Amino acid sequence: MRMQGKFEKIFERPRTLRSTATHYCPGCGHGIVARLLAEVIDEFKIREKTVGVAPVGCSVLLYNYLDIDMYEAAHGRAPAVATGCKRVNPESIVFTYQGDGDFVSIGIAESIHAAARGEKITTIFINNAIYGMTGGQMAPTTLIGQKTTTSPRGRTSEEAGFPIRMSELLATIDGAAYIARVSVSNPKNVIQAKKAIKKAFETQINGLGYSMVEVLSHCPTDWHMTPLESTKWVEGHMMPYYPLNEFKAPKRRN
Amino acid sequence: MMKKSFMTGNEAIAEAAVQADCRHFFGYPITPQNEIPEYMSRRLPEVGGVYLQAESEIAAINMLFGAAGAGARVMTSSSSPGISLMQEGISYMVGAQLPCVIVNIMRGGPGLGGIQPSQSDYFQATKGGGHGDYHLLVLAPHTVQEAVTLTMEAFDLADKYRNPVMVLGDGYIGQMMEPVEFGRKTRQSTHPLKSWALTGAKGRPPNLVKSLYLNPKELEEHNLEINKKIQDMIKNEVRVETLLIDDAEIIIAAYGTVARIAKTAIKVLRERGLKIGMVRPITLFPFPYETFAKISKRAQKVLVVEMSLGQMVEDVMLGLSGQGCVRFYGRTGGMVPSYDEIINETEKFITEGKA
Amino acid sequence: MEKEISKPLYTNLILAGFGGQGLMFIGKLLAYSAMKTGKYVTWIPSYGPEMRGGTANCTVVISDEEIGSPVITSPQALIIMNNPSLKIFEPRLQPHGILLFNSSLITHQISRKDISAISIPANDIATKVGEKRTANMVMLGAYIARTMVIPKTAIFRGLEEFFGKKKQFLKANKQAFERGMEYTS
Repeated sequence: MRMQGKFEKIFERPRTLRSTATHYCPGCGHGIVARLLAEVIDEFKIREKTVGVAPVGCSVLLYNYLDIDMYEAAHGRAPAVATGCKRVNPESIVFTYQGDGDFVSIGIAESIHAAARGEKITTIFINNAIYGMTGGQMAPTTLIGQKTTTSPRGRTSEEAGFPIRMSELLATIDGAAYIARVSVSNPKNVIQAKKAIKKAFETQINGLGYSMVEVLSHCPTDWHMTPLESTKWVEGHMMPYYPLNEFKAPKRRN
Repeated sequence: MMKKSFMTGNEAIAEAAVQADCRHFFGYPITPQNEIPEYMSRRLPEVGGVYLQAESEIAAINMLFGAAGAGARVMTSSSSPGISLMQEGISYMVGAQLPCVIVNIMRGGPGLGGIQPSQSDYFQATKGGGHGDYHLLVLAPHTVQEAVTLTMEAFDLADKYRNPVMVLGDGYIGQMMEPVEFGRKTRQSTHPLKSWALTGAKGRPPNLVKSLYLNPKELEEHNLEINKKIQDMIKNEVRVETLLIDDAEIIIAAYGTVARIAKTAIKVLRERGLKIGMVRPITLFPFPYETFAKISKRAQKVLVVEMSLGQMVEDVMLGLSGQGCVRFYGRTGGMVPSYDEIINETEKFITEGKA
Repeated sequence: MEKEISKPLYTNLILAGFGGQGLMFIGKLLAYSAMKTGKYVTWIPSYGPEMRGGTANCTVVISDEEIGSPVITSPQALIIMNNPSLKIFEPRLQPHGILLFNSSLITHQISRKDISAISIPANDIATKVGEKRTANMVMLGAYIARTMVIPKTAIFRGLEEFFGKKKQFLKANKQAFERGMEYTS
């Protein structure tokens, strides 16, 4: 027997998200963030004027998943590339999508200076405390005691210094208008993450300055955990060191 | 007649870029080319353009990547150590097939070296510089006027080949003042359409600017496509000046400021009854191998003079393909060969042969 | 009578002194003014840290024909305004070359006998003109009087373009230039 009546579509693939399998490992947080990005772009109806920049790392293949104009940039240089793009076409909405190695290690100069210039771009920064693409080496955000393939006995501050809290650092910069740290470790946090990404884009759309959302994400493969264990690890280990917060936001305009 | 201006090579290059419709400049200060960014910071806002001082040469070249990818005519300028820092970005721009103009006003190296004129970045400029299978188109002016002409053409060539073009001058080309005329004003409407530019995917499928091809078969195809353009450059863009070569027994090969010094030396030597001529490569890549191949059949001797310890001399020898006799004279570290030294060296060549 | 054939003009000189004495400026002024009379000209500065308080120099070439080398090892003339520059450049002057030196500041002896050395108390003359900063123009006046490379009027036209709006300074510069010419004539 056939069901009669109307069905309302209440959930679908965002227009901006391509219908394709991703290269991300099962249980990875990247895919969630890619979807949130696509939803936000759809909701602002800016797909046709958005340009993304994805540099080296697990971020790099984002251009396969988003149905928008995109650059693949050199390792660490996405904020510089985005700057060049935005300065040529100020009406474009330009974002970078960078991992911790990219944003906090090799490209930290570009990250800080883009913020300092108040460059009207948005950065989505995926912090999973590890180098995923190259196979699990230590990141600038790897926690003390965390084992990676290049800190096999666990990171020590004596040898490798301390993990960098990028949101707190950037929040000190006048040119940064919106800075928040979120997580995608559970549905509630995912909703919060989307809100933050939306605010970051809104900051750019309103021309208020640089915006950045740090997303604590999980890497079950290189953390050698099940996906569930990895989300618990974000909450139990990362969040105490990297507290979720909206560090800086533009004042609400009346 | 056009109005003559009296300008440094650096300022003239900057103005030439503006007149060639360059509206975006990204750079980082370094001697001896600071007059270029200084000029651009004054001039570009007057014509609705953007000057931006980057946090480093690394950032500057990547801002070029972004700006060129967005469809703009873009330029940066630097000097040797700064150009070294840009190499990764240059390689990426070639890979992503992005046009841009890079000015290198060379100083002595290696390392921090010095700030006086040099030609020791010849290898870096002409043989790739960064990683991967590629070449830049390299233009080497020897007067301020020529710096203007070549800078203007550099933008057209960059667009034509979707490849970075380098204007390679030594410190004196940047610092010297000479009369100069700006003959050409291009119109934006004559520039090639950049349908590949990232301007937002409105009414068309998304564009992608990238140099990543994980599948080796695809990367090979991509590299062959880039190589096809390089072969076209070799076929179409070789430029060279020859002077008094028909009866010459010795040819002096030099480029940039050294070529001018050599011209004075040749004048003196001709007055002494010696048959000396000159070949001056204007494009260092593509190199005028053919000119040297022809010479190998006539003149027996080629004296290569450079402000380096012998870089272009390797291309001259390739051009001669084992024919004739090559002698090299070079000064380095910011020392400039004088015409007396070149005269002396030429006379020694006549009596002694190969050094 | 032998017919006089005018040879095309070719001349070069090096100007050297302390940074701030205005040698780079008079070098540019000379080259610019010569350009305006239709000559080929080049001007090359010493650049870099030298400019900041040490010795500064520039090389000017003026010619009826296209200029080959803008770099001159042995110049035909020198304008020298301090002791350290004298030490560097005197040995490089061509035989029979002209050395114009600022005797207000130069205390060292001129050692060469195969050159024309002309002593000009440029700072003293400039002080009398009432503008101490015009010692450079005194030297340039002396050079023009001695070589007649381009006429005084050409230099004055050039000066007017540089100092058009600063009437007082323009007047002082012209006066200093004339005093320099007179001193050498």
